[in-house]
Amino acid sequence: MSLLEICHSLEYLPVLIEMRSSPWIFPIIAILHLFGLVIIGGAVVVGDLHLLSYRLTPQLVDRIAHDMERLLIAGLLVMVITGVPLFMCFATKYYYLTPFWVKLSSLILVIIFTFTIRRNALTRYRENPVVKKMIALTSLSLWTSVALSGRLIGFP
Amino acid sequence: MYLVVLTVHVLALTIFVGTALIIDLRFLGVFMGYVPTSVVLARLLPWSLRGFFLMMISGLLMFYASPVDKYNNLFFQAKITMLLLAAVNIWLFLKTEYSTITEWDQKTLPPIRVRLVGGAALTLWAAIIAAGRLIPYQQYWFN
Repeated sequence: MSLLEICHSLEYLPVLIEMRSSPWIFPIIAILHLFGLVIIGGAVVVGDLHLLSYRLTPQLVDRIAHDMERLLIAGLLVMVITGVPLFMCFATKYYYLTPFWVKLSSLILVIIFTFTIRRNALTRYRENPVVKKMIALTSLSLWTSVALSGRLIGFP
Repeated sequence: MYLVVLTVHVLALTIFVGTALIIDLRFLGVFMGYVPTSVVLARLLPWSLRGFFLMMISGLLMFYASPVDKYNNLFFQAKITMLLLAAVNIWLFLKTEYSTITEWDQKTLPPIRVRLVGGAALTLWAAIIAAGRLIPYQQYWFN
């Protein structure tokens, strides 16, 4: 079974047909998806500002990094849980959309980057400041790519 | 061009509401209670305001692109009304509780009136995002 065939069968699941025929289910899920992005936005901005030497406070770095990560995970969960039905609703259309694949690739990359390189940089005190700034700019660029390509999906 | 402005609007909204969310969660006493509220405000409010101004400029440009349609849109009207309510909420906080911040700054759980400000702000930001996202649906639902 090809990926396109999988997309096609997902799109025509009874629950997805129901979702598409409803005038309000899709917009409500899309609103929740945007909430997820905003929650992620707060956590990412605070973490990356920290790496750019604009610290919330010089103390309690580990604790703040931990709390921001919790917030980020909460936002990611909201975004993924709502993103899956949004994708499935028009899976065949998205299969042909370049911005969708850009968004998915950026999202996977930024998740790996955030929970490996960025996480270490946030709590490592002796890291070179230039390296920290590069990590922050990479994180911000990848998240911007996720948001931007996500926005482009609505304009095929 | 409209797409570029819309993208900037969404990014600005993410910075604005994302940082406001952290401030409001601190007001509610449920997040980063170990950081003084004044520190959270001093460090995040400038970024929240930068996001807000960028959001306003991009929002005005989008309004200018189709002013009559936007003016007649119920969700747009609701969004602007809630933005004004949010401004009143912030103004009330600055006029009342902010003047006594030294008394509750270090407390994990701020006074009830500060928590109410935080709760009201969070509700309004969520409603503003929802109304903004629903603007294109006026056509499908009501016209």
